[in-house]
Amino acid sequence: MELATKNDWVEIENLILSPEERAPQLPEDTKAVPLKMWVKGFLLDEEAKIGDEVSIRTLTDRITKGILVAVKPRHIHDFGEPEPCLLTIGMEVRKELGNL
Amino acid sequence: MLDLSYEAVMARKNEIMKKAVGIDYAVFEFGKIGFDYEGMMEKVAYSIPKMQAIQAEAKVGNTPLFELKNITKLVRKYSEPGKGARIFIKDEAANASGSFKARRAAISIYHAEKNGYKGAIAATSGNYGSAVASQAAQRGLKSIIVQEVYDSRKIGQPEILEKARKCEAFGAETVQLTVGPELFYVFLRLLEETGYFNASLYTPFAIAGVETLGYEIAEQVYSKEGKYPDVVVATNAGGGNLTGTARGLIKAGAVETEIIGASVDLSGLHMASDTDFNRKSFTTGHTGFGVPFTTLPDRSDVPRNAARVLRYMDRYVTVTQGDVFYVTELLSQIEGIERGPAGNTSLAAAIALAKEMDEDKIIIVQETEYTGAGKHSMPQLTFARRNGIEIRRGNPAENVPGKNIIIPENIGQIVVEDLEMKKLKRNYIKNAVGNKNITEITQKDLQFLKQDLKLQEEEVLKILKVYDVQVL
Repeated sequence: MELATKNDWVEIENLILSPEERAPQLPEDTKAVPLKMWVKGFLLDEEAKIGDEVSIRTLTDRITKGILVAVKPRHIHDFGEPEPCLLTIGMEVRKELGNL
Repeated sequence: MLDLSYEAVMARKNEIMKKAVGIDYAVFEFGKIGFDYEGMMEKVAYSIPKMQAIQAEAKVGNTPLFELKNITKLVRKYSEPGKGARIFIKDEAANASGSFKARRAAISIYHAEKNGYKGAIAATSGNYGSAVASQAAQRGLKSIIVQEVYDSRKIGQPEILEKARKCEAFGAETVQLTVGPELFYVFLRLLEETGYFNASLYTPFAIAGVETLGYEIAEQVYSKEGKYPDVVVATNAGGGNLTGTARGLIKAGAVETEIIGASVDLSGLHMASDTDFNRKSFTTGHTGFGVPFTTLPDRSDVPRNAARVLRYMDRYVTVTQGDVFYVTELLSQIEGIERGPAGNTSLAAAIALAKEMDEDKIIIVQETEYTGAGKHSMPQLTFARRNGIEIRRGNPAENVPGKNIIIPENIGQIVVEDLEMKKLKRNYIKNAVGNKNITEITQKDLQFLKQDLKLQEEEVLKILKVYDVQVL
């Protein structure tokens, strides 16, 4: 069980609209799922665990509530895997240029 | 206590917006569909010299223009003798936040500060978010960026995740949502709660901010070559990039330059679909935004969109996702500059167009954007493979958006598809009259349509007749 303590950088989740409340013009697949929102900030509660309702102070100094879903959330996007379809392009075009 | 339900907040839309933008759009309205566009741009926005000064102070503008000599050489290998125009690129990645969007944000945030707003909010999953954050950081304003980031499984495109990171790097608060147009409801709630400025992409400030880009292109090309560019290609989504650039070119005197819009073809993928969301490898610059905004510009988050591409665009072409990844690789591998793929949509189009143009002609790719983790071809293709998209080398003519990404075997295979301008203009009128059930318009409306669609009067009248609309 992941614990967070006061002033930890955390992420909270809120349900904004349940499927029944969603806008009428949406495609069926979107209408079948809720609209959710995530915000990050510093935990205001003394202690909390994942799943608790907590309050946070965001980077703009707003105080807002939600369900704690992550403690010290990381940015995990990266440079991906080497893509075979791209790896040879440089060699190919340099060869073409060399033959001009 | 304020009613925060969806219906109640949406019903307060107009008053929230008026307070958050500070523009009374009503004074420019006339007739049934028209409004005084030039009047609005003149009275609300700033002059070119003023904007240049604001931008220079905020680390924006005066970006380099490079000739892509090796790519041009390669293009000529695939062109008829005497064909293969010279391709130049405007390196907009050199702006403070790494894209041309910094130009729009610089003017919006300057205006927000001048009018006493303590912060700014923008609804965008694109480069504009970090542009607003970067400008707000410099002027001591707070910023909140509201983004559509995830599908219902909380899985997001690496490119959007990177843009969120960059916003936070500049001190912005990011509010991240699952797919759906009700993002606008959250956006309105935040505007109401904070009293911040709506740094919309579509205000006169945000569009005028791009005019300096067109202006610089005209001046740089003229001083290097003694003439204005023959063609400028602009990636088209919400329309601000093309509109602002075209206005700037005209203001500099480059009135003969052909303006071509380019989008990645994502036809068949629904923009509000939870399942289609992660089947796109491009989160902007594609037809999912480009076509609806072209034919109904006022669908934006302000009452009147200052981005109106049909006033300026001479041609509108599409390229494939695979074309863009291929040319991104060319830019790195033979030109030695590594830039984000999305911004290279117009480069792919320019390569195809240059093949048909005489070799003494000049074609300008008017932007680049920064690259990095997530915002790079490899993670985007890794993500696509994980989402079941087939990726292979081959002829991009076999491209099916959402099913495959075909990386061309050589630039000979990169061609553009023209979207029919007449049809886009017809659909614009259909939307303008159909959405309000209009059966008659005024003479002034007719004049407005002529300008907004760059059409002769008889052509507008012909289309109006199809929809049974009378001119009073």
